[in-house]
Amino acid sequence: MTREQRRKVEGFIAMTLSTLAALTGLFWLVFILGDVLVHGIKAMDLSLFTNDPAPAGIEGGGLRNAFVGQLMITICATLIGVPIGVLGGTFLAEYARGSKLSRIISILSDIMVSVPSIVIGTFIYAVLVKPLGHFSGWAGAIALAIIMVPVVLRTTEDMLTLVPWTLREAAFALGAPYYKVIIQVVYRGASAGILTGILLSIARVAGETAPLLFTSFNNSFFSVDMNRPVASLTVTIFQYAMGPYDSWHTQAWAASLVITISILMLTVIGRLLIKGRHFKG
Amino acid sequence: MNELTEFEVKGLNFYYSGNVHALKDIGLPVYKNKVTALIGPSGCGKTTLLRCFNRMHDLYPGNKYEGEILFKGNNILSEDIDLIDLRSRIGMVFQKPTPFPMSIFDNIAYGLRLKGIKKISDLSERVERALNHAALWDEVKDKLHANAYELSGGQQQRLVIARALAVEPEVLLFDEPTSALDPISTAKIEDLISNLEKEVTIIIVTHNMQQAARISDWTGFMMLGDLIEFDRTDRIFTNPSQKLTEDYITGRFG
Repeated sequence: MTREQRRKVEGFIAMTLSTLAALTGLFWLVFILGDVLVHGIKAMDLSLFTNDPAPAGIEGGGLRNAFVGQLMITICATLIGVPIGVLGGTFLAEYARGSKLSRIISILSDIMVSVPSIVIGTFIYAVLVKPLGHFSGWAGAIALAIIMVPVVLRTTEDMLTLVPWTLREAAFALGAPYYKVIIQVVYRGASAGILTGILLSIARVAGETAPLLFTSFNNSFFSVDMNRPVASLTVTIFQYAMGPYDSWHTQAWAASLVITISILMLTVIGRLLIKGRHFKG
Repeated sequence: MNELTEFEVKGLNFYYSGNVHALKDIGLPVYKNKVTALIGPSGCGKTTLLRCFNRMHDLYPGNKYEGEILFKGNNILSEDIDLIDLRSRIGMVFQKPTPFPMSIFDNIAYGLRLKGIKKISDLSERVERALNHAALWDEVKDKLHANAYELSGGQQQRLVIARALAVEPEVLLFDEPTSALDPISTAKIEDLISNLEKEVTIIIVTHNMQQAARISDWTGFMMLGDLIEFDRTDRIFTNPSQKLTEDYITGRFG
């Protein structure tokens, strides 16, 4: 075999292997999504969103409590986590830029991003649920917020760092104070990127189960009281899928479909926003 | 030589953080409503000197000034100078165009809004005047609310000049404003600078000696942090007193 032929064969092997790997990955992804779609659509009906769960073992009922609960917990987590993350990222990229402190916090949040979420759940259980003596929606929201903070913080920091320095200098040269430079010029330049980070962080926590098991737990009844246990889709899926009733299983499929589609949509919007931002990295 | 001075630089030393001595005992006058050019090889300190006039170096920790720059009799290097006020009186245009990520109108209005001008009719009037001033009005009047990034590089640079002019500064600092532009845009900006000198004092750093010769009244030649020679531009380019200056402008080095 000549050298050229050998190179062609090597090229062909490399391409085949990588294509196969991609197809394998894609196969399972499509399989899972397809399965969720097929099973979920069958169980989809309006009563799922309008009714609360029927007593265990009895047909009918819906998951209104879990939809509302999930929404409440996620929104509260976002309201707590996003401001802390954005302001923290701003501190790292602007006020503490280049300092040792800034680098340490960045590394710590990178570690925080990969801490298993169940660890956060047990942590909140220990510091909030146990002392108060009961599960609560707030505990769940705080656990999710803690998971969000490092994601939002690091994205914000990275996006602000991408805004060219000359732009800040230009604003300073017009006599702008630093906070106005950040809010009016730097944030504007980085807005799409920061928003993307926020959306992706919401998508990340919306699918979390483990931290909620230890914090907001579950509630079979409709409740909007964040001081009480609050139902969530993920915990409900966990409980229903493990349960003995067929009606529970179908509802778990439906809930899975709804949550998958929501997260998918958040992610897609996030990706689209990345394309539209001003400064490409 | 009965010209009014805008700045009087006296015994100016500047150190970048880490004690890098970037400017060595600089002294020169900057005359009012004239164009002063700073020329010299790369790393000679001309941009460093320019950035002393609006205290841009203060943005980075560890930088240190010594000496005085008198502006209307006040030393602008003193600790108690209000930098926000100083920078609103001394505008700056950078090497690369720096439009803000907002509309053309908002770009020009930025400095005005910082000064507290809010009424939309006042803003519109002053935005139009500034754009006219920078010879950009005709090109952008129909798309004032378009994103500033849609403009070409040369238009962006004129936009930035208009933005600086809008707040009616007393001095404009130009840091190689045409080095990223094509010849036609460069010519437009040079014309603009020549027209502006009736109203504002201009200090321009340039790599391009022909540019300095074309548009400036006074020229300072710098090397390795020293001001080698400062004189009227025609004298610098026809009959410099220093051997180094002559070698540089005749292209023997640099």
